[in-house]
Amino acid sequence: MRKMLSLTALIGGLVAASTAQADITIGFVTSLSGPGASIGIPYGRGIQAAMEYKSEVNGEKIKLIQLDDGSDPSAATRNARKLIEEEKVDLLIGTATAPSTIAMMAVATELKVPMIAVSPVIGQPNPADQWGISVPQPASLLVKVVADRMKRDAMKNIGYIGFSDAWGDLVYNGAKAVEAEDGIKVLTNERYARVDTSVTGQILKVLAVRPDAVLIGGSGTQGALPLLALGERGFKGKTYGTVALVNPDFVRVGGKSAEGIQVSAGPVIVAEQLPDSHFAKKLALDFRAAFLKANNVPTTDGFSAYSFDGWMIFTTAAARALKTAKPGTVEFRKAMRDEILNTKELSGVHAVYNFKAGAYHGVDERALVIVRLVNGAWTYQP
Amino acid sequence: MTADIAAILAIDGIATGAVYALVAIGTVLIFTVTRVIFIPFGDIAAFTALTLAALDARQLPGTVGLVVVLACMACVMEVVSLARAGEFRAVPKAVLGYLVLPLIVVGIVWLTMRFNPPMPVRIVLALLLIMPISPLLDRIVFRPIADASVLLLLTVSVALHFALVGLGLLFFGPEGVRTEPLTSMAIEIAGVHVSGQTVLILTAALVFSGLLFLFFDFTLIGKALRATALNRTGARLMGIRPARAGTIAYLLGSLMAGVSGILIAPVNTIFYDSGFLLGLKAFVGAIVGGMASYPGAALGAFGVGIIESFASFQSSTLKDVIVFSLLIPVLLWRSLASQHSEEEVEE
Repeated sequence: MRKMLSLTALIGGLVAASTAQADITIGFVTSLSGPGASIGIPYGRGIQAAMEYKSEVNGEKIKLIQLDDGSDPSAATRNARKLIEEEKVDLLIGTATAPSTIAMMAVATELKVPMIAVSPVIGQPNPADQWGISVPQPASLLVKVVADRMKRDAMKNIGYIGFSDAWGDLVYNGAKAVEAEDGIKVLTNERYARVDTSVTGQILKVLAVRPDAVLIGGSGTQGALPLLALGERGFKGKTYGTVALVNPDFVRVGGKSAEGIQVSAGPVIVAEQLPDSHFAKKLALDFRAAFLKANNVPTTDGFSAYSFDGWMIFTTAAARALKTAKPGTVEFRKAMRDEILNTKELSGVHAVYNFKAGAYHGVDERALVIVRLVNGAWTYQP
Repeated sequence: MTADIAAILAIDGIATGAVYALVAIGTVLIFTVTRVIFIPFGDIAAFTALTLAALDARQLPGTVGLVVVLACMACVMEVVSLARAGEFRAVPKAVLGYLVLPLIVVGIVWLTMRFNPPMPVRIVLALLLIMPISPLLDRIVFRPIADASVLLLLTVSVALHFALVGLGLLFFGPEGVRTEPLTSMAIEIAGVHVSGQTVLILTAALVFSGLLFLFFDFTLIGKALRATALNRTGARLMGIRPARAGTIAYLLGSLMAGVSGILIAPVNTIFYDSGFLLGLKAFVGAIVGGMASYPGAALGAFGVGIIESFASFQSSTLKDVIVFSLLIPVLLWRSLASQHSEEEVEE
């Protein structure tokens, strides 16, 4: 017992000593299990790559604490509270699924800790009390760029099928917003669950309106399901989607049926095909090298790059915030928030970021290119 | 809703229903013999699909690790319980049954994988690997509480499902899989395109139901299983071992789940956690059949498949709500129409 006590004292002393050095502590939440795991794992690897690329700011070490939320919003909420109240983190980064991210954002706002969301967040923050920003291209922009491409391809009637969750709503609403101004018509709103195994009924309904093109509002492997059903029914029109579909398993599972789908994606997806003058070219290649070094596998998805860009935003903001406050203090959290919202023309691998109070997202159309799946590889379509 | 669309939906529903039917029959089989409502059944089907996909990709499937771990646990438990009872003479036999046999299966798979076997052999290997899982789980989890109430067994079964899903993520990873189609044939029935895969699924469901019928009515083991299902104590007095009957029921049930897993692998993307909904819908089908009759369970499962297919067309967002809402009237009708047996009253 006495041995235990002295050991505890020793560990306690060590912990106290390490926090006295005032490392910047980052709490990172992702989905390593549950239905969101297929994108949550790349998010985690992206953070590892970012740590590999830059592990200190102005000589201050960065301490990273990673937790799994199991794709469950209530677990994400608990994780956020734990990180803030027990680990005293200076900043939260998270998480893989939209509902969990929104839940974490609520905790960050309540406990006044800055948060960099790596999934899209809907809504308008209160500028006076905004503690979070969101890295990815908002769904409305993703869909807008795809819709512009549909218009360019002279598509009129669009069939929509997507997930029966927040992501499916985001894509559908994005398409509807474009409908008003652009002259494309979204005729169906069919939904399926991430765990469904058949979408025959929904696809029949989509085909019944004789669409020129079908827009897919799914993500990852399960995003291939409608394409497979369309292939079975011999659909000859074009298919469109968003970056959420882009991962190697989508290509593997989709096979021939996914051929030719056009998606709006961050430039990092096709880094090696970009012209040399493109803002993302050099950094994206550096990111890939760091990713390979950190994870021993090459990167093939866009999700890990969001983590990387989040890290870029954090480190540049932290470099400025360190001039006014010390990590581990309430002042530092506030300074971090102010500096994140002051981000100007920061080039990442996905976008050029400009944040300001009153909006979660800070990207423009430079953040997206259209890529087409040709023979199982994504090719840049200028 | 035109006639064409209705026909396509009906065929899609029948194909889905056939898969549910296989799982539902297995569920009823295990329930009647052991009184366990085996929720992880869907997981077993999903694991079979994942195993086959790993074999197709020339990788050693995660199932191997799962079987080895379970075999070691079951063997230790069996030997300890035998030692406690002082029956040391039975120990070698227990080690042979619970450790050596599963390991032989793993060894066979490992050796055969070296020769890049063709598709039919890979399917047999996947089924072989899956077969030991349920009997081993039975020994580890359910045998020690075999005489508990149905409710307790159900609770444990649900807990076991969550444990298996976690293990599934560990062994198979988070990504979904889809295997090569077993057949690329297609036929036209009354102007509706029917894929060979659908025909295959239906045939398998019918063949297995038929085989079960023959097994229960014309073999001694089958009759022993039926006896155990009717009255455990009576069966024991006649020299039938309920434990062994349970193991056989689990083996047979695993085979059914395994076959349904193999059949859905090419037509659906299967994830490590896809099994739960599959098992749940099959369970709804089994409930319609009153958890007692095989034809009833099969019919119920086909009904669930067809309703699901039409629901996804009518209102895709509410599809699962519609399917599971069906349970309420069925349960009401069942509880009002059935006579409660003595056993249930005691519990």
